[in-house]
Amino acid sequence: MNAADKKRLLREMLFARRFEERCYEAYVERKIGGFLHLYPGQEACAFGVLDAARPGHDYVITGYRDHVHAIKCGADPKEVMAELFGKETGSSKGRGGSMHIFDTKHHFMGGYALVGGPFPLAVGMAKGIKLKGGDEISICFLGDAANNQGTFHETLNMAALWELPVLFVCENNLYGIGTRIDRSTAVVDQYKRVCGYNIPAAQVDGQDIEKVHAAAKIAVEHVRSGKGPYFLELMTYRYRGHSMSDSNAYRAKEEERMWSKRDPIIMLRDRLIKAGEMSADDYKKMDDDVLDHIENEIIKFAEESPEPKVEELERYVLADNDPWVKGGAH
Amino acid sequence: MAVMMYWEAIRRAHDEEMTRDPLVICMGEDIGVAGGTYKATQGLYDKYGPERVIDTPISENSYTGLGIGASFLGVRPIIEIMSVNFAWLATDQIFNSAAKVRYMSGGQLTAPVVIRSPGGTAHQLGAQHSARMEKVFMGVAGLRVVTPSSPKQAYGMLKSAVRCDDPVFIYEHELMYNMKGEVPDAEYFHPLEGSEVTRSGKDVTLFGYNISVHWCMQAAEQLAKNGIDCEVIDLYTLSPLDRAGIQKSVSKTHRAVVVEEAEAAVGVGSEVMAIINEECFFDLDAAPVRVSAVNVPIPYNHRLEKATIPNAKSVMAAVRKLLGK
Ligand SMILES: Cc1ncc(C[n+]2csc(CCOP(=O)(O)OP(=O)(O)O)c2C)c(N)n1
Ligand SMILES: [Mg+2]
Repeated sequence: MNAADKKRLLREMLFARRFEERCYEAYVERKIGGFLHLYPGQEACAFGVLDAARPGHDYVITGYRDHVHAIKCGADPKEVMAELFGKETGSSKGRGGSMHIFDTKHHFMGGYALVGGPFPLAVGMAKGIKLKGGDEISICFLGDAANNQGTFHETLNMAALWELPVLFVCENNLYGIGTRIDRSTAVVDQYKRVCGYNIPAAQVDGQDIEKVHAAAKIAVEHVRSGKGPYFLELMTYRYRGHSMSDSNAYRAKEEERMWSKRDPIIMLRDRLIKAGEMSADDYKKMDDDVLDHIENEIIKFAEESPEPKVEELERYVLADNDPWVKGGAH
Repeated sequence: MAVMMYWEAIRRAHDEEMTRDPLVICMGEDIGVAGGTYKATQGLYDKYGPERVIDTPISENSYTGLGIGASFLGVRPIIEIMSVNFAWLATDQIFNSAAKVRYMSGGQLTAPVVIRSPGGTAHQLGAQHSARMEKVFMGVAGLRVVTPSSPKQAYGMLKSAVRCDDPVFIYEHELMYNMKGEVPDAEYFHPLEGSEVTRSGKDVTLFGYNISVHWCMQAAEQLAKNGIDCEVIDLYTLSPLDRAGIQKSVSKTHRAVVVEEAEAAVGVGSEVMAIINEECFFDLDAAPVRVSAVNVPIPYNHRLEKATIPNAKSVMAAVRKLLGK
């Protein structure tokens, strides 16, 4: 990874951090409703992996903590914010919400709210790629606790059996809501759980984007070259509660302090400053630009956009005028 | 028109659609090398190979989800779930993924999968192999539910379902795979919305679907001998139910009996009666009646099993009572 790439990724991660923090405020202001799961702390996972893949080309799917993955794939942050505001201009036209961001133009195939639900969908997309003979891969980002669903094991089995081009990325932030991993999971190291399916796997520091990127390169190459699935476990931490309705009272302050010292953005920033690639002032300016962009373009767009029309409540349930419903076009 | 069995008609639809479009695939337990529990995919494995005729592991929820994910990329999977009793396990992916993805993506994504599965009580299969689950599926927005009562419908519905952009659940019946009937020689596409007047009559409308259409027809023929003229409506679409067809018939006959193999509660009968209330209450000469199963897990014992499920006789009794004859 060269210095220009590092600077670009620093900016992208900083943007994601500020975007999510602004979502927090908008939620407190009651501009955003429902469940809101934020990403701060985990940025190096999405950016490190996807930068090593081909965002916009490869098919990506994830859970409910999905804003940042969508944006990295190419979704317009204005549309993502408008979706959170429930607006017609939102990526899902205000029908999805925070947990259901979609941008199929950029092959971001959605955020899904059922824990473990995307596993089979990801493997299905890989099957579709294989049938169509494309060079894309399917990438599935999910949390550690999702691995306790049956779908995890069922789909690992099928992915390996049929050698499908799918990369599983486990963002292990040590918690499923308020339950720490050692209290819910017999084998704490998630990468060990896939060896029963003969799927190659690795565990990597998810706070260091360079390490994530290097490991993801190997993983992506493996999958793209037709060797079948790969499992990448990234050790990470979320700074906020699970969602906005989570008091976050179950974690020791000492643990939180320890992880905050390993912030993916600060670590990369300090490295760049130390190498003489940027100054503290450059960083400050980058941050100001990002904040300005979020406020004056993204939030403004979301605020000013219209709400969906109640008359269109029943659109998008089924296809419009599908000829085969009537038995064909003849 | 050729006479063929229900399973042969389904097999023919698979074969034609798979020949036409290389992205049509089929998947399920024992459907490939073994040819399918009900032979609905017999010979397809040899013809189209393992990439398109997929023997799945026994992981109903996940292989259904796999089909749904493939459909996001334009693949048209026909998923066979060996029995609706096992389809319970797949309801997460069917309801939460397939049925909702178009809506929650604001129309960006659709899941054009076909899920076929047989239900019903067969011969003493016991409580865990005798479910009638159509009522569960028909209440879910974003999912089409159809149910063929004849080989012609089984063939034509599968053809339309494969091409339709919506997810379609096809409820088949374990006892009907060997039923014979005429199927057009030329390609035929059955509608996925509507109902069919199987027998025209003036005294009372009998509503049936799938196997219960046959009980209704048998009852109607017997009752005709006693001068009772029944109309029989085949509700081959359970979601959305054919409001206009229900209203039209009841407004003509002024009486309705709804016949279902499932338990009465929260079922097809309840829905049809609600539609009658909403659409043509004042055309009624008598309160509509349901003929349904007794609300028990299906017993093994032959005599008890028979006593649980309606048949032509129970339909006749209900009609006689309704008409006071
Ligand atoms: C099937 C299902 N069960 C329970 C929930 C409630 N729930 C939402 S997120 C979550 C924890 C998931 O943790 P993990 O997979 O580690 O992801 P993280 O939130 O840590 O990123 C739970 C229990 C759900 N959404 N779906
Ligand atoms: Mg977690």
